[in-house]
Amino acid sequence: MVSKNIVDRDEVVIKFVGDSGDGMQLTGTLFSDTAALAGNDLATFPDYPSEIRAPHNTVAGVSGFQVHIGRTKIHTSGDLCDVLVAMNPASLKANLKWAKPGATVIVDADSFEEDAFTKAGYTQNPLDDSTLSGFNLIKAPISSMTRDALAEIGLDSKTAEKSRNMFALGIVCHLFSWNGEVTQSILAQKFKNKPNIISANKLVLEAGYSYADTVEALPTLRVQPTKEIKKGRYRNITGNIATAWGFLAASERSGRPIFLGSYPITPATDILQELAKHKSLGAKVFQAEDEIAGICSAIGASYTGSLALTTTSGPGLSLKSEAIGLAVMTELPIVIVDVQRGGPSTGLPTKSEQSDLNQALFGRNGECPVVVIAAGSPVDCFYSAYESAKIAMEHMTPVILLTDGQQANGSELFRIPRVYDLPRINPPIAEANDPDYQPYKRDPKTLARQWALPGTDGLRHRIGGLEKENITGNVSSDPANHQLMVNLRQAKVDKVADFIPKLEVTGDPDADLLVVSWGGTHGTMLTAVSEIIGQGKKIAHAHFKYIMPLPKNTKEILGKYKKIVVCELNMGQFVNYLRMTHPEFKYEQFNKVQGLPFMVSELVVKFNQLLEEK
Amino acid sequence: MIKNTIERTSVELTKEDFVSDQMVKWCPGCGSHAILSSIEKVFPKIGYRKENFMVVSGIGCSSRFPYYVNTYGIHGIHGRAAAIASGVKIASPRLSVWMATGDGDSMAIGGNHFIHIIRRNIDVNILLFNNQIYGLTKGQYSPTTPMGAITKSSPQGTIEHPFNPGELVLGAQGTFFARATDNNPKLMVDVMFEAAKHDGTSIVEILENCVIFADKTHAAVTAKDLRDDFQVILKHGEPLIFGTNKDKGIRLNGTLLEVVKIGENGITEKDLLIHDQYSHDPGIHLMLAKMAPPHFPMAFGVIRSAMYPTYDDMVEDQITLAKNTSKIRCVDDLLNSGETWEIK
Repeated sequence: MVSKNIVDRDEVVIKFVGDSGDGMQLTGTLFSDTAALAGNDLATFPDYPSEIRAPHNTVAGVSGFQVHIGRTKIHTSGDLCDVLVAMNPASLKANLKWAKPGATVIVDADSFEEDAFTKAGYTQNPLDDSTLSGFNLIKAPISSMTRDALAEIGLDSKTAEKSRNMFALGIVCHLFSWNGEVTQSILAQKFKNKPNIISANKLVLEAGYSYADTVEALPTLRVQPTKEIKKGRYRNITGNIATAWGFLAASERSGRPIFLGSYPITPATDILQELAKHKSLGAKVFQAEDEIAGICSAIGASYTGSLALTTTSGPGLSLKSEAIGLAVMTELPIVIVDVQRGGPSTGLPTKSEQSDLNQALFGRNGECPVVVIAAGSPVDCFYSAYESAKIAMEHMTPVILLTDGQQANGSELFRIPRVYDLPRINPPIAEANDPDYQPYKRDPKTLARQWALPGTDGLRHRIGGLEKENITGNVSSDPANHQLMVNLRQAKVDKVADFIPKLEVTGDPDADLLVVSWGGTHGTMLTAVSEIIGQGKKIAHAHFKYIMPLPKNTKEILGKYKKIVVCELNMGQFVNYLRMTHPEFKYEQFNKVQGLPFMVSELVVKFNQLLEEK
Repeated sequence: MIKNTIERTSVELTKEDFVSDQMVKWCPGCGSHAILSSIEKVFPKIGYRKENFMVVSGIGCSSRFPYYVNTYGIHGIHGRAAAIASGVKIASPRLSVWMATGDGDSMAIGGNHFIHIIRRNIDVNILLFNNQIYGLTKGQYSPTTPMGAITKSSPQGTIEHPFNPGELVLGAQGTFFARATDNNPKLMVDVMFEAAKHDGTSIVEILENCVIFADKTHAAVTAKDLRDDFQVILKHGEPLIFGTNKDKGIRLNGTLLEVVKIGENGITEKDLLIHDQYSHDPGIHLMLAKMAPPHFPMAFGVIRSAMYPTYDDMVEDQITLAKNTSKIRCVDDLLNSGETWEIK
């Protein structure tokens, strides 16, 4: 044992990388659960290829999991990592560029054999040349020591191979000054029906921990428990699971049964899979034959009184366009979730972008307004789903909820709410035998028509995609009526602005520079803005969650600043929407379309540059 | 287990209960008028509450149907009626769901939804108006238009092999298929009742005449002077007999069907095929569905009506099971399930 000084850190970013079969997702999850139980705030992001098992030891097959933990409030999964754990040469090759200069790089030295590093694209062993000279390299014999640890319980080397990730996790536990007990108990819970796996993993984890104790070059860090998060009961949650749960909560609170019609598509499929698990909550989940059937079945379910949903990603939203038009014309509540990915076409299925905004706002035939809401973080997916369902049902309108691959698969700590504390949801359900019932008669406050459920006495009516006569809902091609109905459908969506929160400005509201963001970039923007403020400079930040309609005070806020820059992961779709809706202001834009999130550092550089310009 | 949860009516219903106040805008002489009038006879007699009927359609002449029946209804988008109807029935199994569709709507743009609703056996009654033409777009060939037919989009004759809807239904593991013609209202009413009784997806193909764009397209089987010799009306448990003089029959000779004359070569009624609409094996049903002139009569009535569990019932069963066994009984249970911890 070597004695080491413990270094206190406010935050640390660690990334676990390896071959697709190396168990990096499990390792990352175990690490983040341990950190959470140790009292740290955190955010995670898995990074995996679209291929299920790309060829062994190739860069194409690298799977990773990044965790950002802190004593302070954590808003992003981190730019570059302080600690990189690489289980094979290919994962080192693919990820070294994401490590900070001087980062601790822990590798399984046993895996750096000639064919493996050649396959990864290295001409010579990167552990022996200058590749890693700028880093604190720990060459750990992970494979062989794992085998040794398991030899005593007689496990063959193939099974032993699968436990390598636990050896690495043991090293990391030591690195963070955790004794490993918490991780052991999480493991025991996870594999409670597989005692053999628990005992093997325990042995290997301990072996890794003991090994770390002997390595002088390995630092020991400590991230103290955070004091910045509110008291309460917490769990870790990904954006997709949060989305599914938000809808379940909305179903319970509204009393409307939940129906999802969906077709599997990356990165939205988890929502379908999660809701399918919850039949005990009455969730009816229909895996349709295609995207169109997904939304059309939801429209059918909506007509009968269900909280109706369809979930998809960009290409699927394209396929649903015509049916969204039907929901607009029939004025039925439905939430369409688009977990955005890199486009166009099949694009970058496992990568993240904000490039479906134009499609969500405008991608339909005719004058076809829908409410558009964008979630701001994995946890915000819960509240955004809840609110989308509430608005859809109370205003009798389709709502498109935009999340993205980064939020969907990323996780953060979720302070568990009580369903009873969530806002009430009161859909305008028509009463049986109401003599005044008319299919397209509207509530003057919301302009929503009533929801008349099949099976109810005295409310039989027909609706459809042909233009409807005002009030009666009969088919009509009268020119003046069409104009009126087009106006009414728009006005109904515009009126949602009376029911949503005002836009808030954070940072320094008295600054000259306003930085604007929307959707999933919220955390990165917050972090960058607080860094600028930490540098003693003035900067204001406005983040949009409500896109259509925009908050009522949007104009007032935008009008207060000398300079506005809109940052988004596309070519400028939101900034152009602002140019269209608020042409009186001048906007600068900052865009990136690489399938990757913004890095805090690049935002800080941009903001500083804007602050320096006169 | 098959359960019918559709609420029954406590009062006697009549045709008037289902007549809508909308003007029927089909062409004079269109077969759809007869189909509508058959439905108006069938709905009041099924025994369900009038508020529990729901009619769904896609796009095309046939799909204007929901506006003309006073029930709950959705006039959907082209080809998607089966998907909309699936959502209606799964979400609300207590409704009697009917779908009006055409050969363009369900055989072409909606072909995918058509085969999948059938494969799943969702309890929806589908009326397939087959006039072998696109009417509402004014006369282009459809997937059931006979090969060689001259239409506006096939001036030299079509070069496509038409679908036989019956083959498609059975190929998709259909549990119910019946055929009728628009000029035989009694038969239409009979098969619509049978469809209503069947639990699962019921397809009723109605050979319909389009007076404007495909007049007499079905004349080889529906013309007054031909129909007795070219239609065999199936009845469960009875031999297949047809012909103006009721002297022709269908028998199974080896593995093939054969038209025989009763009384010739010592053939009696006992030699004829006895129709078994409930048989699980679809082999004979498929042969019957494929029969067509000039060598065979076309089969009408219920060709297949086999009992299988329905998708919508199985959904309810899974939900009941989950509610009885799961520890998660409300969303608060869910939010607090698995790994959670307290920050004090």
